[in-house]
Amino acid sequence: MSEEATTKQSRRSPRTPLPRRDPKQRATDFGEVALGFDLDAALAEAKRCLQCKRPSCVAGCPVGVDIPGFIKALEEERFADAVRILKDRNNLPGICGRVCPQETQCERECVLGKRAEPVAIGALERFVADWERTGEKRESRVEENLTPRSSSIPSYRAIAPSPQPFEGEGGEVPKVAVIGSGPAGLTAAADLARHGYRVTIFESLHAPGGVLRYGIPEFRLPRDVLDREVDYVKSLGVEIETDVLVGKTVTLQELMQEEGFEAVFIATGAGLPWFLHIPGENLAGVYSANEFLTRVNLMRAHRFPDYRTPIRVGARTVVIGGGNTAMDAARSALRLGSDVTIIYRRTRAELPARADEVENALEEGVKLDELVIPLEMLGDDKGHVRAIRCERAELGEPDASGRRRPVPIPDSEFDIEADTIIVAVSASPNPLLVKTERRLRIRDDGRLVINEETGETSIPGVFAGGDIANDAGTVIAAMGDGKRAAKAIHEYLQRKYL
Amino acid sequence: MAAGITRFEVEAPRIARRAKPGQFAIVRVDEQGERIPLTIAERHPDRGTIAIVFQAVGYSTRQMAAMDVGDSLADVLGPLGQPTEIRRYGCVVCVAGGLGIAFMYPEIVGFAEAGNEIIAVLGARTKDLLFYLDEIRALSAEVHICTDDGSIGRHGLVTDLLRELLEKGEHYDYCIATGPLPMMRASVELTKQWNLPTLVSLDPIMVDGTGMCGACRVTVGGEVKFACVDGPDFDGHLVDFDELAKRKRAFAEEEEICRLQEAADTLEAERAAES
Repeated sequence: MSEEATTKQSRRSPRTPLPRRDPKQRATDFGEVALGFDLDAALAEAKRCLQCKRPSCVAGCPVGVDIPGFIKALEEERFADAVRILKDRNNLPGICGRVCPQETQCERECVLGKRAEPVAIGALERFVADWERTGEKRESRVEENLTPRSSSIPSYRAIAPSPQPFEGEGGEVPKVAVIGSGPAGLTAAADLARHGYRVTIFESLHAPGGVLRYGIPEFRLPRDVLDREVDYVKSLGVEIETDVLVGKTVTLQELMQEEGFEAVFIATGAGLPWFLHIPGENLAGVYSANEFLTRVNLMRAHRFPDYRTPIRVGARTVVIGGGNTAMDAARSALRLGSDVTIIYRRTRAELPARADEVENALEEGVKLDELVIPLEMLGDDKGHVRAIRCERAELGEPDASGRRRPVPIPDSEFDIEADTIIVAVSASPNPLLVKTERRLRIRDDGRLVINEETGETSIPGVFAGGDIANDAGTVIAAMGDGKRAAKAIHEYLQRKYL
Repeated sequence: MAAGITRFEVEAPRIARRAKPGQFAIVRVDEQGERIPLTIAERHPDRGTIAIVFQAVGYSTRQMAAMDVGDSLADVLGPLGQPTEIRRYGCVVCVAGGLGIAFMYPEIVGFAEAGNEIIAVLGARTKDLLFYLDEIRALSAEVHICTDDGSIGRHGLVTDLLRELLEKGEHYDYCIATGPLPMMRASVELTKQWNLPTLVSLDPIMVDGTGMCGACRVTVGGEVKFACVDGPDFDGHLVDFDELAKRKRAFAEEEEICRLQEAADTLEAERAAES
């Protein structure tokens, strides 16, 4: 067979599935669920890419990764090049390769997807990031089985793309403060450091990562992947100060006027949990998803008493909500030994969570009770929750969000026994900082008013992005905001110094 | 500073500069540690320190008590919560029980500075558990002391003392009550009868302390508040103490596990020392 024919055939070959651990096994521990491609699978999948001249996938990526470029490098086994191309636009590829909703972004735009299945871009991104992270191990495998084109594996840091330096007139390089070390903050900080700025991230919690640390469970995003990507950002020269709550420990004004920061990026996220405001919600055993996930992810409560923060998960857990956070909370409770039911007002088709994560949850044994509206939480005489009273619903006319509205069915009340209830309905922007700075203009929904092009707030030199400014609610959208703000801050400081 | 009560002076220049009466810090002992909210009892911006006072009652606080001068805590975050609204009310009666004195001391400093007359009513289980007495005496017009065992001052509870003072016809314009939950609750029951506005400082279970988790939610005047960002001070007459008491017991079993674990650790250490 000619080489061309082989290539064509592999392009017609089906999408390589991402291997996952057996549901029964993974439901009992916090190890990663998705296993990632091995080299053969990655190369086979890379060959499926059509290498479009005008790639629509790139337009679907909020940070504009040169997707065909990195896939081409991967296909040709130029791994270090693949890393470099990826990192030129994406500072956190190991994270994005795992938690990005590719199916609604790059992969949705993939031309192959119109006739068959799109290229598994996310899985390839993850492969490249993991190749770099575990470089030495992979190198030996490459040498055994194949002849690598790049003879040596560059060190972790060396793969950082070359910076575009700040070119100001004389004096010191300006200092930039980034508030919050979640995906938006880390991305902006990395880009700014690559421009040559002296960047300090202020994080209120004791460990960096924001929602990546306290929100996303380790079975979706292992801690060593997160730690290594944070280390990468630090290796670019970014300083991270933990235990600093800007607005309380130090004010925005003090940072700018006394500590000499010439620009600030606010990326404080959506930290305020919503409750349903139904009776019984303050019973013991009722958690916000934020509390439940923070106890496990940040405080390691699943390893109590070795780690000193406790968590109480009863025999039966009910999770209220249908987003990714609800899935994360449900799957965490399951792993802590509980029987878990998610109740949702609409049906599976309307669940806002990623389809993959819903499938993962159900496979593992989480139950989904659709068209259920919670009414009241019932407690025992000690003030601990024992059940949740609900009513059935049916789908009515579409509401403002375009989804069909759940309409209660009269006289359909019923109780679900539960000794743990997790409320995962939504979260609002974190009001703490913005309330302490009157010059910041705030929208009705609590988000900051920003210039859509630059991310600049109502205070000159102060920019914002991520969930404090936009309501996309995804890691990659926050990263896109971080990138945009870094560019705008660079332009702002260049103007200031020229 | 007293039996089982320890005062730490912690280097934290930023917190020392900004802390105000009523605010707290969150500390973590080590990488496995829980986040412990503790009142900022003193601030010394000149030397860049704050002081925290705690009683060794649980695993983490006993761990802290075992630390030496010069050791480092893994984390100190603050100042958190809303500062107490300090105004000139006139005569302020400050009722503090046990560790509540650590919260009360900076309040007394603040209210005295604002020109209020301070009547301190302090109580503890026994004489050795009282602290900041000299400092409080220096700022107060009257100091009334009681202990559960009568080892110093009156034999009885602070609420008994407060009741006597009120029944005697003493007039107060404002009351602050801090200490164990039952003590605050009893104080509030009393001051309600006398229409005496009363501020309490609540210490519900907290995790992050920055408004993110909602573990510390309390019902105040029918509204749900987060003690970490809306408090920890609230109008005592509006607090749902019953709900708060139940919520505070949510992890009682886990606290017991910690106690057992600690006992096992001690036993193991003793055995190792023997062999």
